[in-house]
Amino acid sequence: MGILRTFALGGIHPDENKLSSNAAIEEIPVPKQAIVPLGQNLGAPSKPIVKKGDDVKVGQLIAEAGGFISTNIHSPVSGKVFKIDNSMDASGFRRPCIIINVDGDEWDESVDTTKDLISDINIESKEIIERIKNAGIVGMGGATFPTYVKLMPPPGKTAEYLIINGVECEPYLTSDHRMMLEKGREIVIGIKILMKALNVNKAFIGIENNKPDAISHMRELVRENDDIQVQPLKVQYPQGGEKQLIKASVNREVPSGKLPIEVGCVVQNVGTAFAVYEAVQKNKPLIERVVTVTGKAVKKPSNFRVRIGTPINVLIEAAEGLPDNTGKIINGGPMMGKSITSLDMPVVKGTSGILLLEKEESSRKVEGPCIRCSKCTYVCPMGLEPFLISKAAKLGNFELAENESIMDCIECGSCQYGCPAAIPLVDYLRLGKIKVGQIMRSRKN
Amino acid sequence: MNHLKVSGSPHIQGDESTKKIMYGVFIAMLPAVLVSIYFFGIDAIRVVITAVIACIFFEWTIQKYLIKGHETITDGSALVTGILLALNLPSNLPTWMVIVGALVAIGMAKMSFGGLGKNIFNPALVARVFLLVSFPVEMTSWPIPKPITEGLADVTTGPTPLAIVKEGLDGNKTISDMSSELPSYSQEFLGNMGGSLGEVSALALILGGFYMIWKKIITWHIPVSILLTVSIFSGIFWGLDPEHYADPLFHVLTGGMLLGAIYMATDMVTSPMTKGGQLIFGFGVGLLTILIRIWGAYPEGVSFAILIMNATVPLINRGFKPRRFGAKPGVVLTK
Repeated sequence: MGILRTFALGGIHPDENKLSSNAAIEEIPVPKQAIVPLGQNLGAPSKPIVKKGDDVKVGQLIAEAGGFISTNIHSPVSGKVFKIDNSMDASGFRRPCIIINVDGDEWDESVDTTKDLISDINIESKEIIERIKNAGIVGMGGATFPTYVKLMPPPGKTAEYLIINGVECEPYLTSDHRMMLEKGREIVIGIKILMKALNVNKAFIGIENNKPDAISHMRELVRENDDIQVQPLKVQYPQGGEKQLIKASVNREVPSGKLPIEVGCVVQNVGTAFAVYEAVQKNKPLIERVVTVTGKAVKKPSNFRVRIGTPINVLIEAAEGLPDNTGKIINGGPMMGKSITSLDMPVVKGTSGILLLEKEESSRKVEGPCIRCSKCTYVCPMGLEPFLISKAAKLGNFELAENESIMDCIECGSCQYGCPAAIPLVDYLRLGKIKVGQIMRSRKN
Repeated sequence: MNHLKVSGSPHIQGDESTKKIMYGVFIAMLPAVLVSIYFFGIDAIRVVITAVIACIFFEWTIQKYLIKGHETITDGSALVTGILLALNLPSNLPTWMVIVGALVAIGMAKMSFGGLGKNIFNPALVARVFLLVSFPVEMTSWPIPKPITEGLADVTTGPTPLAIVKEGLDGNKTISDMSSELPSYSQEFLGNMGGSLGEVSALALILGGFYMIWKKIITWHIPVSILLTVSIFSGIFWGLDPEHYADPLFHVLTGGMLLGAIYMATDMVTSPMTKGGQLIFGFGVGLLTILIRIWGAYPEGVSFAILIMNATVPLINRGFKPRRFGAKPGVVLTK
């Protein structure tokens, strides 16, 4: 196999802690009440088209896209709309949600609920994109960017490669790993659909070398397809970052401030490829997803297939309860996930995992003075100087922060992970990015 | 119900800490300290212990009564400064001078800038240079090493190899005239020559250097660029006239060259942040050392060279940036 590919700059290797990698995906029963937030994608929130008291079926459209970068939302359950009201989302803000009281499990007639595998793709690019758009599919890796937008390159740009992200570089998370093992055939068909939509002849599936079973399984499935290649990658965080994965797969670097299409690449997550398969072949909108529930003290680390809108306490109960010494609950992985404040928060399209960290593990160390060891600079995958730009942001020198490319920061957390002085670099970087973003927008107007 | 913590990501942290780095440096200096005790006996122990206790005491006092900040003693940085200072001193230096050195190192070079991480110059080197210009006689009469196994009899003092060469050349002698007065390479390598506590044994210093590189406390860039520059420039002169210029190996093995290159110039706080900058920094230290040794008034130049280059670090940091993702390879100079 030779030397494994990886990205060039920086990177770290935190403990992998993939506790649930052997836990097969389990179905969780439909909850009694589903809370469906209207803002589930990056971009504009969706507009509800149902009202209080309406009866809905599984897969029925309940909210429409609220703009170009926005998505449709479908009912994940059947029952009666209880109310449309504000409820807590992952970031701790109260945001509008459609709350549905569940009654039975009746599906919309248009959805093919059989288990048959349909491998023939007999529709054209335009219609594929239309179906993906209608099904409300977003990037399932957590960024939740509407998938159909990525499939329509801007004028003058063409896609050359489709890169499928099966890296799962976040410690603890295993949902993509299990998907590849259990839904590999569907994923491969999904990849072919995406290739047809984009009109590309080559796809790479990037998988880190800590998942040898997934690598060999996917290799087996694409053996007869010369145009799809499984690419084993050296384990290094943040390889699942879009720009890092492109660098590792095809050795191209997306320029600062540009999108992957600039270098002829489109990146999609394996979970997204699966959702695309279901949407195009089965006419099934995005109403469920696989969520890892894990943590060192969790009795039964698991991977669950759950309906969107299921409160996370249902998931935690299914993993045999909240451990007593839980210090922090994270929506996503430990490096980039968001810590959440309420167990009533629902699973949304971008929820890849629920991580229960123990008290000791979740405590931040006491911050000390910067000793200028430069470790943050060495590990930054974007070639930035975190010590400098975070300090600039802290002191309000946003001009310096902008000149030193703060907007290139992907908030991967590598710098803070390795900081000997335990400085909360990413907190300041995030603040700086928000402020510099505002300044840049006000300059444009 | 549990009380949950809420904070921004990342939610986990590696096991790196300032303390770990400082104690790593401490461990790396142990071979040199042990060798110095072997050669200089009780006096070496006296100097090391005095320097360490004085440094810790001054840091604690200044932090508590002048800066009034959090207690910082446990981070180990004062301990490291204390030992580095001791390694830079002759073993027969009076105790009170060692204490003055510690006050200069901690009070003047470190705490007056705001404490750990904020000083521009290497504290131990500032103290060494301060003592050198204040007490030139005491700071240049170097005890001749005598293994502890040969008893604790009186030590004799003598010049360092560099001083022998300097004075010899000034007195119109050639290098070969002086060969009988100079230690052999193997003596220089193992530590059997006149000098400060830490500069006598090249072997012990190199051992510590590899330990620090292995533990990722330092990178190879600064030591290698310094030693390469020194070898190349001294090699050019030696090639031109071996009777009037010492050879490169002599320059590398004597006069605290290795102590400076491995332990002093690599000080995180006072060296550049990027690897490109570190190479330039090392080049500057090497070049200045040779210039001072050959044409300067002092036989020894490493300390001055490092301090001068310390002053250029902010400028180097501004000029040498890491390669940004998506940018062309090469040195990126910003406005």
